[in-house]
Amino acid sequence: MNYEAVIGLEVHVQLKTASKMFTRVAAGYGAPPNTLTDPVVLALPGALPVLNKEALDKIIKAGLMLGCTIAPVCKWDRKNYFYPDSPKNYQISQYDQPICLAGSVEIELPGEARNIMGEHKQIPLTRIHLEEDVGKLTHEVHDSLVDYNRAGTPLMEIVSEPAMHSAEEAFAFLTSLRMTMVQGGISDCDMEKGQLRCDANISIRPIGQTKLGVKVELKNLNSISYVRDGIALEIRRQTAVLTGGGSIVQETRQYDGEAGTSVAMRSKEMAHDYRYFPDPDLLPVQVDAAWRATIQATIPELPYARQRRFITQYQLPYTITAVLVPERALADFFEEVAQLCGHPQAVANWLVNDLRRELAAGGIALAVSKLRPAHLAALVNLVEQGEISMTAAKEVFNDMFQTGEAPAVIVMRKNLKQSTDSGALEQWVQAAIVANPKAVAEFLAGKEQAINAVKGAVMKASQGKANPRLVDELVRRQLLAGKS
Amino acid sequence: MLAAKSISASELMQAFVARTTAVEGRVHAFNSRDEVGALGLAAASDARRAAGQARGPLDGIPIGFKDVIAVEGQPLTASSKMLANFISPYDATVTTKLKAAGAIPWGRLNLDEFAMGSSTENSAFGATANPWDLTRVPGGSSGGSAAAVAAGEMPGALGSDTGGSIRQPAAFCGLVGLKPTYGLVSRYGLAAFASSLDQIGTLTRTVGDAAQLLQVVAGHDSRDSTSLSTVIPDYSAALQKKSRPWRIGVPKEFFGLGLDAEIGAAVQQALAFYRSAGAEITEVSLPLTAEYAIAVYYLIATAEASSNLARYDGIRYGHRTHSATDAISIYAQSRAEGFGEEVKRRIILGTHVLSSGYYDAYYLRAQKVRTLIRGEFMRVFQDCDVLLSPTTPTAAFKLGEKSSDPLAMYLNDIYTIGVNLAGLPGISLPCGFTAGGLPIGLQIIGQPFGEAEMLTIAHTYEQGHSWHTKYPNL
Repeated sequence: MNYEAVIGLEVHVQLKTASKMFTRVAAGYGAPPNTLTDPVVLALPGALPVLNKEALDKIIKAGLMLGCTIAPVCKWDRKNYFYPDSPKNYQISQYDQPICLAGSVEIELPGEARNIMGEHKQIPLTRIHLEEDVGKLTHEVHDSLVDYNRAGTPLMEIVSEPAMHSAEEAFAFLTSLRMTMVQGGISDCDMEKGQLRCDANISIRPIGQTKLGVKVELKNLNSISYVRDGIALEIRRQTAVLTGGGSIVQETRQYDGEAGTSVAMRSKEMAHDYRYFPDPDLLPVQVDAAWRATIQATIPELPYARQRRFITQYQLPYTITAVLVPERALADFFEEVAQLCGHPQAVANWLVNDLRRELAAGGIALAVSKLRPAHLAALVNLVEQGEISMTAAKEVFNDMFQTGEAPAVIVMRKNLKQSTDSGALEQWVQAAIVANPKAVAEFLAGKEQAINAVKGAVMKASQGKANPRLVDELVRRQLLAGKS
Repeated sequence: MLAAKSISASELMQAFVARTTAVEGRVHAFNSRDEVGALGLAAASDARRAAGQARGPLDGIPIGFKDVIAVEGQPLTASSKMLANFISPYDATVTTKLKAAGAIPWGRLNLDEFAMGSSTENSAFGATANPWDLTRVPGGSSGGSAAAVAAGEMPGALGSDTGGSIRQPAAFCGLVGLKPTYGLVSRYGLAAFASSLDQIGTLTRTVGDAAQLLQVVAGHDSRDSTSLSTVIPDYSAALQKKSRPWRIGVPKEFFGLGLDAEIGAAVQQALAFYRSAGAEITEVSLPLTAEYAIAVYYLIATAEASSNLARYDGIRYGHRTHSATDAISIYAQSRAEGFGEEVKRRIILGTHVLSSGYYDAYYLRAQKVRTLIRGEFMRVFQDCDVLLSPTTPTAAFKLGEKSSDPLAMYLNDIYTIGVNLAGLPGISLPCGFTAGGLPIGLQIIGQPFGEAEMLTIAHTYEQGHSWHTKYPNL
């Protein structure tokens, strides 16, 4: 029998806010343990939560980017459970009224080849709600240590519908979601720092059956490739169980990415009763149309929509857009330069090849590089207008990447301007024709590439500053004139 | 007297220290006190006054704190073994405000553990006695605050009132006990019992003192999401105004079965006083409050408490068992050892109330009835400025008399609990003594944020009587 997998994801995304969700202490990663704390974070007697508006703004923005319905009232519930990483032993969360409902994530599946766009799909979302993150436990031999720096960081839980059917789709979902959240400035989504965490609910069923199979929750998928590999493993495991005549137990399993295995953590019988109830310390917040509109105005174009526009508006090849678009800063830079100089394909080539290479080599981000959009635009224009050769342009590019100087200044300083003095050029052409009789003869006999020897000689005589197009024109004119 | 410089703040503080030393062995109102620190602050106050920089009427006045309100560097025990060694590293908002006004934090005052009780017998550090009769309870849970003021150990104290925990001890100890409108005074720094009901208030000898203390502690606080932005009137100035003939409502259900005859008579005399002062007295009815308030209260308060007290787990601070072997047993044993019987009873009740399958029947329904109770009060207030009733059905009972009968103890709050459920302000003031010499309390219930009018009406009664000038023999 053939089986179909049904996958739903629960993704936790830390919001990028200056302070924590319910107090003014800074939120952040990497500070010495237990330094980002205060009476509220540590749940001292008498401490009270006060909502960080930035957290609500960010989740509303995320919801609007994903096409969610934003609830008119945002209310808070307490999720009660005892665990040492939870200072209050309850988590402030949203139970029956999440701030965002429905919406979807557009995904792209792998294409037939690297240079062909793959199939796009919308994966529907159930809800997105806001809650506070917990602290971090470290288990030593005899003790457990807890660091509350992370506790109270705003955390968004995004729940998809069980609408994915392969590990590839889940991978594409997370890739797209991460790209969207990063581009919206909502989170840095660094999985190593725990800013994005993913659990998967996986079941399989015979193809054609509509009833869902017994689901297994897979945890500890702490890298984007673990998500793909862990889900693929779980689908294989369940298929083997059913094929072997067994049945699936509803349980939570822990994935071990290094070993490529998973183990059962707890079964359904051990499920918690969280005793949710509305948090009496916090008032519901009204989110009116004006508030939504203010946030709507800050939303960037979604990555896949932008990619489609780049292909049609700028006539860029898919592969180029697939490099440009996932990095919003690069895509923004591209558009700015393209607007300035009007040669989008040349601009895109500079960015995708040269700029990314230099950034990677220098280990720096585009935002802090010395390259200015206007300078790159000027460089593209110099090349397009024949002012400098492509070889010289590469040199100018590397120079301005290092110095931040304008290309015109560099061209002058390095004396890279192509010669357009036709008097000198005519003489060099004459000399080159005289010096290369064999090549001339071959060209006149019909061997096209023989002309390159003559042109090369001209370029050499000009010390590389002759305009190649002009050289070509003059050489041909003289050769053909001699022939007739 | 401080302003007139007929006495210095240091002399005043020394007098209260001496009085406390003399009577505290019999009253046991304090959990702890810092005499050196208080005298230091008194000296600083004198220096300010000498430099012409006195901060107002409270500068140099010692004020006691119920041991659930945070004062930086001082113990905060909630009268629980759980927090026996806890020192607060921060000030509650009311503390910050009182310090800014020059008041001197004077002592940590006993209470029923985590404010759960009506007698101050549920304290891990021993019961407090009623200064009027040392064999009787001072009421609770703010019993330490009431006893300390009644015994002359301080002129005023802060308490907290969740179901009557300021007004009932005020009644038992012959004081003025003010519970403000929910949201008027910040709860930041008040160890929570039931967040939607808790409110910090004052215990003082006179209505005028209550007005001055409220003036300082009231007002919006950005650290408490449930504190409301409202214009704070000049409460002391309001006491001198007589706005109009007051319309006083008398809830008939508050005069029914169980009300001690002496108390009923004293309240009737107070009504007669107001009638003769020109007030229009009408009987009103609060049937839902009378029938359901106690049940609703114990569902909501215990539910919130079960969650609020979850933080006391022995992990970050507070009592930690020595016999635990894993995380779960740290919780279970630390909490089993750290909490007293009444606290455990309420946590278990509240946990059950919120449990899956019971939430709708208990908590959700209780919240709906709470809304109806508030609606019932608001309807009555369409025709009344304030409501008037006894504060308690009986005067102070004997130590140990009800401590084995939680239900009888809960019924002692029957007249005060509705005020908390509806979020209203209430005040208890002395209106006589029983034949046995025990104080009787008169409760006035105001409209939301109607403290000024409520205080004025209370002040008018106080001006016409001398109960507040009587002191217990200690």
